[in-house]
Amino acid sequence: MDDLYREIIIEHYKNPLHKGRIENSDYTFEDENPLCGDHLQIELRVNADQKVVDAKFDGQGCAISISAADLLLDSIIGKSIEDLKALSKKDILDLLGIELSPVRLKCALLSLKVLKAAVYELQEADDDLIQK
Amino acid sequence: MPNTLNVQGDFPILKRKIHNENKLVYLDSAATSQKPSSVIQAVDNYYSNTNANVHRGIHFLAEEATEKYENARKKIAKFVGVGDPNQIIFTRNTTESINLVARTWGSKFLNDDDVIISTEMEHHSNIVPWFSLVQEKNLSLKFVQITSEGKLDIDHFRALLKLNPKLVAFTHMSNVLGTINPVKEIIEMAHEAGAITVVDGAQSTPHFPVSIDELDADFYAFSAHKMCGPTGIGILFGKKALLENMPPFLGGGDMIKKVTFKGFSANSIPYKFEAGTPAIAQAIGFGAAVDYLSTIGMKNVCSYEKELTEYAMEILSGINGLHILGPSAVDRGGVISFTLDHIHPHDIAQILDQSGIAVRAGHHCAMPLHEKLGLPASTRASFYIYNTKNDIDDLKEGLFHVQKVFS
Ligand SMILES: Cc1ncc(COP(=O)(O)O)c(C=O)c1O
Repeated sequence: MDDLYREIIIEHYKNPLHKGRIENSDYTFEDENPLCGDHLQIELRVNADQKVVDAKFDGQGCAISISAADLLLDSIIGKSIEDLKALSKKDILDLLGIELSPVRLKCALLSLKVLKAAVYELQEADDDLIQK
Repeated sequence: MPNTLNVQGDFPILKRKIHNENKLVYLDSAATSQKPSSVIQAVDNYYSNTNANVHRGIHFLAEEATEKYENARKKIAKFVGVGDPNQIIFTRNTTESINLVARTWGSKFLNDDDVIISTEMEHHSNIVPWFSLVQEKNLSLKFVQITSEGKLDIDHFRALLKLNPKLVAFTHMSNVLGTINPVKEIIEMAHEAGAITVVDGAQSTPHFPVSIDELDADFYAFSAHKMCGPTGIGILFGKKALLENMPPFLGGGDMIKKVTFKGFSANSIPYKFEAGTPAIAQAIGFGAAVDYLSTIGMKNVCSYEKELTEYAMEILSGINGLHILGPSAVDRGGVISFTLDHIHPHDIAQILDQSGIAVRAGHHCAMPLHEKLGLPASTRASFYIYNTKNDIDDLKEGLFHVQKVFS
């Protein structure tokens, strides 16, 4: 069982690398998962080439949503905003390395949803997630 | 006092194995209870032997179906201490029962600037129907506060009654805190202030003896599925004088006395509120459920659950970092919501599930209450007649395992 709670997930939940706030961020967005009462904010700083140099999240959530957020932000450092738009559900699941029930999938995808909203318009972010 | 009511064998689902070979430890009865064989058989037997529409035919099966359906209404009335079964209306569930009151009594008798009162510990089903009316009619909706112990603040209620509310809607027992409210006292106070009362009995009728006539409630709502009965059937009790003055809820077959090309006249109660073919099998199943509970005896149900709850409170409060919401074991029913330091309720529920332990995680349809408590979510274990102290020991072991995963 403890597959779902692999060490990497527990580790990123307990000691997230990207938890906190960025002053003077270039992109920021927050959203919640009303089903769980979870709340997540993501802030990004980019350089002149529109490449991510810093990424932070803040908020509360379960181990799945927090570790997914941390792993996701860790994976996007150095990537361009355009690259971020191409991220999909599969990328998150690959990062986590687990399979999820539909309910927990919402937890895992919250950070991707917020990230996409930060780089797109909110409306598009939802459409985009559904399509991918 | 028995260590168990010895009813486990009555519930076929308890033989089910979960995630390979784990025995099912079902601690989510506040969401819905499991069903005994007698209820399953009553539903099966209706479909296999009696199936026909009610109140419509003069053939043998139609008459038998009608008799069984009406018999269920009588049994349920007796079970909750209601003398006149015509005051028992079949609905889909508690939620629909409360909406019925809001949509019929509320839309006829509430007007601009009227005040209605609910409480901070309500399930969404006793908040949202009132909010909908508030928006339509420019009413004001006030919430009785809860104390730090998780009980209704009666002084605050008394203060709100000075606003001359028309209606007071509150729960008999909280599905999150487990608090059992002093219903009789609250109804008396509301009546003195000239208000009518709507009691949410979703968590009371399954767990302890309730006598609605004695409580003098004006409306009282509950669901079969939380008390060994089928889903899709619930009850609205209403006092006859109120029901007779209310407009019908839904329109169609069964609820009319006469229809012409000019209009219609409504049937007498309870049929006025039962439009269309009702949930016949479910009503009959509900009748079997109250028979089943009556055989055990609601006093026994209540005292057994009290013993279980006291045991669970003792065991759970011994776990490091675990915090129980709501009052002490004395004033509560068999619902225990809690938080565990540094571990999200979702993760708790998911890890417990892996060993066959079913609990609920989230806000339990009480978001405003969680906001008040300053919590995004909680984990809830709830008990019923088929649970034993062993289940609670399993829960304890499960929670130790959760803590280990996160240590
Ligand atoms: C206190 C309370 N009120 C109302 C409800 C709603 O019941 P139902 O979903 O059967 O309408 C529930 C159950 O979820 C409850 O616990």
